[in-house]
Amino acid sequence: MNMFKDAGHLFRVAVVSVVIGLAFLGIRALLVPKSFGQYGHYRGNAMAEMAARPVNFAGHQACEDCHADVLEKKKSGKHAHVNCEACHGPLAKHVDDPGSVTPAKLDTAVLCVRCHEANIAKPKGFPQVASVDHSSGVPCDTCHQPHSPVIEGGGK
Amino acid sequence: MPGVEGFMYPNEVELQWSVLIVLYPFLTGLVAGAFILASLERVFQVEAVKPTYRLALLTALAFLLVAPLPLQLHLGHPERSYEMYLTPHRTSAMAMFGFVYLWYLMGVLLLEIWLDYRRDIVVLSQSTTGWRRLLYRLMTLGSNNISQHALEIDDRLGWLITLIGIPSAFLLHGYVGFIFGSVKANPWWSSPLMPVVFIFSAMVSGIATVMLLYMLLTWARKETIDMRCVDTVARYLFYTFIIDFSLEMLDLIHRIYEADESFRSLDFMVHTKLYMSHIVIQIILGTVTPIALLALTQVLRLGEMARKRIYALAGCLTLVGIFAMRWNIVIGGQLFSKSFLGYTTYKMGLATREGLLVAIALTILPLLILWVLTKLLPPWPEKDSGLSPDAAPAH
Amino acid sequence: MSITRRHMLLLLPAAAVAWKYVLAGAPDAAPNYKMSEHWWGMLIDLPNCIGCGNCVRACQAENDVPDEYFRTWVERYHVSDYDIENPHVDSPDGGKKGFPPGKAEGGKNFFVPKLCNHCADSPCTQVCPVGATFISPDGVVLVDKTYCLGCRYCVQACPYGCRFINPKTSTAEKCTLCYHRITKGLTTACCEACPTGARQLADLKNPNDPIHEFLKTHDVQVLKPYMATHAKVFYNDLDGSVR
Repeated sequence: MNMFKDAGHLFRVAVVSVVIGLAFLGIRALLVPKSFGQYGHYRGNAMAEMAARPVNFAGHQACEDCHADVLEKKKSGKHAHVNCEACHGPLAKHVDDPGSVTPAKLDTAVLCVRCHEANIAKPKGFPQVASVDHSSGVPCDTCHQPHSPVIEGGGK
Repeated sequence: MPGVEGFMYPNEVELQWSVLIVLYPFLTGLVAGAFILASLERVFQVEAVKPTYRLALLTALAFLLVAPLPLQLHLGHPERSYEMYLTPHRTSAMAMFGFVYLWYLMGVLLLEIWLDYRRDIVVLSQSTTGWRRLLYRLMTLGSNNISQHALEIDDRLGWLITLIGIPSAFLLHGYVGFIFGSVKANPWWSSPLMPVVFIFSAMVSGIATVMLLYMLLTWARKETIDMRCVDTVARYLFYTFIIDFSLEMLDLIHRIYEADESFRSLDFMVHTKLYMSHIVIQIILGTVTPIALLALTQVLRLGEMARKRIYALAGCLTLVGIFAMRWNIVIGGQLFSKSFLGYTTYKMGLATREGLLVAIALTILPLLILWVLTKLLPPWPEKDSGLSPDAAPAH
Repeated sequence: MSITRRHMLLLLPAAAVAWKYVLAGAPDAAPNYKMSEHWWGMLIDLPNCIGCGNCVRACQAENDVPDEYFRTWVERYHVSDYDIENPHVDSPDGGKKGFPPGKAEGGKNFFVPKLCNHCADSPCTQVCPVGATFISPDGVVLVDKTYCLGCRYCVQACPYGCRFINPKTSTAEKCTLCYHRITKGLTTACCEACPTGARQLADLKNPNDPIHEFLKTHDVQVLKPYMATHAKVFYNDLDGSVR
């Protein structure tokens, strides 16, 4: 009896702790996102939100569906496996609205050297030139057709 | 790229953890160390260090209150930190910080201080007036029972809490060491010795802090320093420091002898970018020198004044050394590339959110809090408060 | 909606579904996309990499990656024949603008594209204190930027340097394997833009994916295998000096 009386202040501490604990559980129930834990220890909706982002590169299939003529030209050439947007850049907006968004005209003097400028670390079999010696600034498409770059009847 | 030597992965150029994260283990280390010193008296019955008991508890509390602030300030989204409590990730070493911290603050430190001070609080709630009276009355939780039996219960419970508190203090800081020691991607951190080294360096820094504060505050209050107490504390500092130093050297020798794939890179770093802070400040100035000074006081029969001066100097150097150790771990661990092919530079901001000024403010803040705490809950018998040392509950 | 009926008719059935979906911008993954049916990874066919930097530029364009940070980047290795364990590596601006030609100094030279390895035992998701980064059921390591604290522990934990803090959002960021594309039946932006096929998206759960035949017939390695992260970006013909 006396024991309980003299430990009364400790029960008050216990009550304060329990109140804090309950408040924590209450707040936790309110604030944890609903989809948390749906698949694992994370917000399940996060994936759908990320998946919903719009794309910038349309993908070559979207290009080829309209530009079958270019596909045909490319098919037999060295660039058969180079996707359209590798050179033309991201064009989802063009696919989205072909009428009003037109792709920029490319400057072959800048574009081609990105891949074909000679570099010590490039695979030996890959066609590469020192552009200054090769053409001294003349745009590549003067001689090469980018969609099928081999020059007919000579050169490489 | 400026500040980069050799090759860094491009995302590594910028340091992720700043001087604030250096401060965080430094502060929690002081907490753990101060508490362990306090528990010496309580659990291991070392009567000599009794004058520092309450001061050590208040020091631990003051530093513990500030410890999470550098973490908060460094977060990209401080407003989301509550998520640590809501959805702690079981596999993350960091996730438990919030809970370990709360347990230590509420379950151990506050409760122990409250039990130890309860008699004083009740007396003060009756002798003071105004807002102080209100505050003290709130702290009594509405119970004025300070009968002999009630105080005996408090004392027994306090002893139990200290007993639980010692492993808790080890947990608090050993676990901070684990946050670093468990990062397998970083060879500078990844070591099973890390938590142990953190615990012992924490004890060293905490004991040194309490020793310095005790001498400083006693001197400021124009009281006489209890030399038996300071000598004992200094002896404990000496012993723990030797263990700490041995562990650190063990780690170092192990690394040098094993010389794994990261060694060339780390060795180069220690001899260049980290030379000043690691070799000169941490090892020579902050570890070997204070150990040598403390050894002198153990070997030679020195006068009281000489001992005080040596203790003060050794204590300050110890804190510099332990801070340098935290710096070398946190900052040093980010200066080299995980490709082991290059190094970057840490550029500390001055007035930025994670800059030097904030770091200094966060170092001073616990001292201010401690000052307020000593006003509220005097750790020494005050002549005018009506509390005499003889009236303190017997242990 | 600006896509015309003619376009729709011309689209291949699969692409048509995907594209309709792209335009709709619906909040869910593509209707026929089931997370449990995929386990994504990537193949890097090193002998085909020409270091053009197309992947780095495409990634930036597709994912709005801030300058000086990289979800993918290209490194150039120079390994001299007398000190194979200490290669000389450079990656100016992550290879975004290509590489200077370089001098013939003996030894071997090659490019290595890097990106998140989408580890099946990822150290970065292990250390996240709140569950803001995770491995999705289809095997992609993602960051929930609405939940990330910006504590940077994951950046420290990644052995490959693939993570950074986006200065705009103050949250951790990394390669998502173009999650918004692969769930719509498209390939990643880097694979789409790679002119030589050096990067190929791989679905390890799809028995018809060419990755299986490739893995059976080539010397394939992952980066830092001793880290035991079970990386899912496979490098063909990887030199031992690469780290």
